[in-house]
Amino acid sequence: MSDAHAHDIKKEVKVYLMVFVGLAALTVITVAISYLHLKLFWAVAVALCVALIKGSLVACYFMHLISEKKLIYAVLILVVLFFIGLLFGPVLGHHDPLVGTVHVS
Amino acid sequence: MLPEFYNQLGAMHGTIMVFMGIVPLIVGAFGNFVVPLQIGAPDMTFPKINMASYWFYVAGGIVMLVSFFVPGGAASSGWTSYSPLANIATMGQTMWLFGMVCLITSSLLGAVNFITTIIQLRAKGLTFMRLPFFVWAQLVTAFLLLLAFPPLEAAGVLQLMDRLAGTSFFLPSGLVVSGQVLKVSGGGSPLLWQHLFWFLAHPEVYVLILPAMGIVAEIIANNTRKPLWGYRSMVYSIIFLGFLSFIVWAHHMYLTGMGTAISAFFQATTMIISIPSVIILSALFISLWGASIRFSVPMLFALAFLPMFGIGGLTGLPLGLSQSDIHLHDTYYVIGHFHYIVAPGTIFAVFAGVYHWFPKITGRKMNDLLGHIHFWPSLVCMNLIFTPMMIQGMAGVSRRLYDGGAGYAHAQGVLHWNVVMSMAAWTLALAQIPFIINIIWSLWKGVKANDNPWEATTLEWATPTPPPHGNFVTTPEVYRGPYDYSVLGATKDFTPQNQAEVT
Amino acid sequence: MTTQAEIIPYTAEIRSDTGLFNAKLGIWLFLASEVMLFGALFSTYILLRVSAVEWPQGSSILNVPIGTFNTLVLITSSVTMVMSWASLKMKNFSKYKLYMGLTILLALTFLVVKAFEYGAKFEHHYFPKTSTFFAIYFTLTGLHGLHVFGGVVLNSYFWGPGSKMWQTHPERFVNRIEVAGLYWHFVDLVWIFLFPVIYLL
Repeated sequence: MSDAHAHDIKKEVKVYLMVFVGLAALTVITVAISYLHLKLFWAVAVALCVALIKGSLVACYFMHLISEKKLIYAVLILVVLFFIGLLFGPVLGHHDPLVGTVHVS
Repeated sequence: MLPEFYNQLGAMHGTIMVFMGIVPLIVGAFGNFVVPLQIGAPDMTFPKINMASYWFYVAGGIVMLVSFFVPGGAASSGWTSYSPLANIATMGQTMWLFGMVCLITSSLLGAVNFITTIIQLRAKGLTFMRLPFFVWAQLVTAFLLLLAFPPLEAAGVLQLMDRLAGTSFFLPSGLVVSGQVLKVSGGGSPLLWQHLFWFLAHPEVYVLILPAMGIVAEIIANNTRKPLWGYRSMVYSIIFLGFLSFIVWAHHMYLTGMGTAISAFFQATTMIISIPSVIILSALFISLWGASIRFSVPMLFALAFLPMFGIGGLTGLPLGLSQSDIHLHDTYYVIGHFHYIVAPGTIFAVFAGVYHWFPKITGRKMNDLLGHIHFWPSLVCMNLIFTPMMIQGMAGVSRRLYDGGAGYAHAQGVLHWNVVMSMAAWTLALAQIPFIINIIWSLWKGVKANDNPWEATTLEWATPTPPPHGNFVTTPEVYRGPYDYSVLGATKDFTPQNQAEVT
Repeated sequence: MTTQAEIIPYTAEIRSDTGLFNAKLGIWLFLASEVMLFGALFSTYILLRVSAVEWPQGSSILNVPIGTFNTLVLITSSVTMVMSWASLKMKNFSKYKLYMGLTILLALTFLVVKAFEYGAKFEHHYFPKTSTFFAIYFTLTGLHGLHVFGGVVLNSYFWGPGSKMWQTHPERFVNRIEVAGLYWHFVDLVWIFLFPVIYLL
């Protein structure tokens, strides 16, 4: 990546601008969908899907992840696994209380 | 002593030993000195970040120590700082939180440095499977620090918000304190603090032991004059251990009203994590078989580590299974268990490391007689202190009691052990004096040592003593594994890693 | 006099078996830790919301048009950031200064808008302690805002005094801007998830 020629950089710049347009469009889309007032489950699912797409665009093209080295992928996969564990651990525990009890807050 | 002060000492003893003692020693000190040398690097990849890591540690340390002198004294809600008690505690708790933010930042900066250094600055020919086990241990430890500490940093910020901004992240609705309902919004969860805290604190305990295993592995290979048995298994085990350590945390929370499904999950992962632990310990034991053992002082401590860590690890099993943990949770049994691992475990490994690498730092060896006078009473006293704790714990004596259990009927039958443990503790303290004298005396009057007095194979012994700026005079190149002792056909019983041909 | 950077290999050039220069690995590791940091806060959000008796819809409390505007501001700043790096790769220093300057201005715009949002809330007596919704709103956006501010400081240094390195060690400087860019894109990435979760759901 760091020894690409100016010609390749110009191609990359085109990609950056296309990604920018995509991101702006997806932002408008996600806000528009929110006005539909979907049921919570679907609202969450759609919002997270759109966010994932936007995030992937930023990661793959702005952060050059799409052409990054294996080592970086390895670190990131590890992080994603632990991130999911951290995200859902507490709430799964909340939904599995001791028999006959309930967690209050 | 006032009960409040006892609670402060209890909370700060844990905090200081873990975050200001062991981790800075085995990672910041031993790691920083030995890792670049063992991989043949001129320095760590990011020297300025290294320096920043150190100064954040100093800042955090100062905040922690100063907290003893503020009104209300230091933090006194355990090193675990559970809400809601920690939320309503005195100012010392706020200082604890700020201190922790500094110490966590220090560790995060260090972790980035260690991982990048080990991956990027290995000498030519030093493939991953030729790394000394100590370096593998530091690599896995750095990943644990990197990925497990941030949730505690976040939790610390949340508890600070609760204490300073009046939020209710960890405060449930309708909480009554001193007869009055707390005027907060409520809606928070004390369990949330526990989840975020233990998400770090469980990997943290592996941070406390992994580098120690690394030190012991180096010293055993060197003093048995043969390669480590099962090096590959040890490497895979330590990687697997690091990964698993992220998914066992709730075994510290069995008594929080946890349901059977979650409990079964964490019991399963906790049992599984004992496997790589046992593989590593067994490999170290088996490495002794058929060896020509040199009973140097570092080797004494390294050998003692093995059964001591064994006891510590085995006593963890009843805690990892929720049926038995119901009886043992928050008793002295827990304290006995983890102190066996960190005290005659990690700290003995630290002593071993000091005796072992002292000649590389100073060019002189430490005195053997003083080493023995340090070792034997320490070993005996460690056991006299921590075994009675198991006995008291099984009798049901709770931890964090300022009167040592005197106020409880069920404790009366085991109270006398307090006297034994106290006498052993004072004796243990006395036994450290020869160690301190040894260090100071040896700095000036120790027997002069050459660059490789232990006749070791790893790269840190291929530098001048002490290592100059840039560590190596000529950039080393590696041709063999880390423990080529007693190679067939060689005249000497060791062949250094950077030596191309067997001589 | 050899500086430390001259002794340490792979600060500018790539190590062949990993394909990386040091700082790139370093910044990705740091970002990994940041994922865990914000992950803990998102986990907090999930638990608090799930266990709440009632939880307001974000759009009923927060100003969605303003939030959308700020989202577009941050996305644009991500583009200008990557363009500043691309300009350096094309050896155009003045374009670099332009794009980096724009990035900083956009970031400051974001912060100013955020400050107005906070101010409006405080005026209506909505504080972090008002409810768990506000607690997590202020904490999540506050921590994110601190990261934006950190990025402003970092980028300003590279726009100003730090840009002198372009004259002496251009490859190292380009690497530094790439690394700063990775940090900045991450800050944008967090907001891409934060905005819909807090404002829209």
